[in-house]
Amino acid sequence: MNFYLLAIIKAAVVLGVLMVSLLYIQLVERKVIAHIQVRLGPYRVGPHGLLQPIADTIKLLTKEDLLPPGVHRFYYILAPFLAITLSLISISVIPFGPEISAAGVSTYMQLTDLNIGVIFVLAISSLTVYGVVLAGWSSNSKYPLLGALRSSAQMIGYELPLGMAVASVLLLSNSLSLRAIVNGQSRFYGGFFPAWNLFRGPFPQVFSFLIFLVAVFAETNRVPFDLPEAESELVAGFHTEYSSMKFAGFFMAEYANMITVTCMATTLFLGGWLPLWPARYGSNYLPAAVFAFFGAIALYHGFHPAHDRDRWSLKAFGLILWAIAAVFLIPAVQAILLPLFWFLAKTGILLLTFIWVRGTLPRFRYDQLMRFAWSFLFPAAVVNLLITGLAVALV
Amino acid sequence: MQQTVPLAWYLILGAVLFVLGVAGFLFRRNIITMFMSIELMLNAVNLSFVAFSYHLRRIDGQVLAFFVMVVAAAEAAVGLAIILTVFKNRATLQVDDVSSMKD
Amino acid sequence: MEPVIFLVFAVFAVVCGILVVTQTHPISSALSLIGVMGSLAVIYLMLGAQFIAAAQVIVYAGSIMVLFIFVIMLLNEGQERKTRGSRIARLLGAPLLMALLGIVSYVIYRAFPPALNVQFGRFTGGTAEALGKALFTTYLWPFEITSVLVLIAIVGAVVLGYKELD
Repeated sequence: MNFYLLAIIKAAVVLGVLMVSLLYIQLVERKVIAHIQVRLGPYRVGPHGLLQPIADTIKLLTKEDLLPPGVHRFYYILAPFLAITLSLISISVIPFGPEISAAGVSTYMQLTDLNIGVIFVLAISSLTVYGVVLAGWSSNSKYPLLGALRSSAQMIGYELPLGMAVASVLLLSNSLSLRAIVNGQSRFYGGFFPAWNLFRGPFPQVFSFLIFLVAVFAETNRVPFDLPEAESELVAGFHTEYSSMKFAGFFMAEYANMITVTCMATTLFLGGWLPLWPARYGSNYLPAAVFAFFGAIALYHGFHPAHDRDRWSLKAFGLILWAIAAVFLIPAVQAILLPLFWFLAKTGILLLTFIWVRGTLPRFRYDQLMRFAWSFLFPAAVVNLLITGLAVALV
Repeated sequence: MQQTVPLAWYLILGAVLFVLGVAGFLFRRNIITMFMSIELMLNAVNLSFVAFSYHLRRIDGQVLAFFVMVVAAAEAAVGLAIILTVFKNRATLQVDDVSSMKD
Repeated sequence: MEPVIFLVFAVFAVVCGILVVTQTHPISSALSLIGVMGSLAVIYLMLGAQFIAAAQVIVYAGSIMVLFIFVIMLLNEGQERKTRGSRIARLLGAPLLMALLGIVSYVIYRAFPPALNVQFGRFTGGTAEALGKALFTTYLWPFEITSVLVLIAIVGAVVLGYKELD
């Protein structure tokens, strides 16, 4: 097939999935935080609250789009565009799976494989500061300016440990291309233990993973590092003066950043689309088993629903989950679906960790945050890099 | 249309950016803008280095461009700290107002 | 295809460069300078310098310019006031700069006739491995000295910004 046509189709698929998941991640976050706080969350719009994001989108679209007087017009309008554009670009280099062939076309499940993939993602993530900075400065008001200053200092300060944690992984992988990094993790020790970068000799990258996670919490301005947009401290931080679709732009940009960094963590540390144990020992049946299990739980609760509204929805969910489990058993689509399942499972667990932390931890004070970055995280990242380098050089 | 660009165009782009940087440095009186013109000049020089690295098919030009970047970063850090100190003492960013040591 | 990409980004770089020099508000100059750096990164990619292009975005556009913008926002001076510059500079400056540009362009055209051209993909030696190898073998000495230089800069910046606790 023509190269350009194939590229457009892949880009359209990835964009569609990404946009839908941006909407529904917000719903998942609200439901998970609600259940952590022993309440129900969005529940009434659609079955079990599933149409809530659509209601939110309609609300945001129909709100009045203010342009406050006294803002610097060009940068005020540019900032959310910049934020959302930059957060969506990094997805283009993430590998979702190996080479597949469908309908006579053979292609990689990745939009493009740059041989500087890792530093491309680092470069784009270092540009996301500008969305925040421009928003804060152009709003011509105290709270956004303070939020923007704090956020830019925070993001720059946490970029260094992030880069060093990634550099430790690169010492093991010997390549900057994300596809090569995932392929380098495809061995199994002793035939059954995965050689993910988290577990890989000569030095398992456990500390790099932890440093990376903490650093990306700060890079994406999530709790406990979300002082720049804290609701109780700075009104709403750098997006105080924004309304309607521009605010939605920042909102989407935050979730898109979250998705990007969890995909990066999965690719760099958790083996990307590789399974947890070899297909020889039956890992191909895990997705079907998982979906069947959750379908059984949904059906069980469907027959004794806690609320009368769930009379039909839980049973319907159970049947849908069983149907998906059945789809995973079809050999024809297994080559496409299995890597996707593993990738999405790992990314999903990391995203749930993000949401879990948001529901659990209080936020750092600004000076605690900066002191943590420079006095603890940065030396830890340097020491980790040195030990990894020593281990790689000696083996 | 042929698929190549003459090397001279890259070098002339570098020259144009360099001249713009010099113009900014000479004609602007705000110290931060003068500093940014210096960064523009450094970028123009980097472009020449990388263009020659391509022309000679050697990596050395890119290594030197890398060093220029590092030195520019160090200079930006110290320069901005100096600017902040000047602002703290003089409350002005206009270079013409910081002339108390002139005759 | 390539001349089009080069012309688009070269024109964008020159326009942003002119904006850097002529805009009155420092923030607009800073953002135009980021535009220059971004377009230069694309031009580096066309010259086969992959790592330098990414490093340009990470170091220059992503860190140095953030530092600039941070300082500009912190100082919050606003638009530049007109102060009297040197009249000699204004009279002689523009023609002399044009003369400089003319001479340099002429020399470049004579030394590099249009037959010498750039095609994307002809130089594949700009990888991170080649750069790293050169940095750690031929250029090891400058590399170590540059790292000491950066350390000096860090210490200097901290000392300059240090607030005495009285």
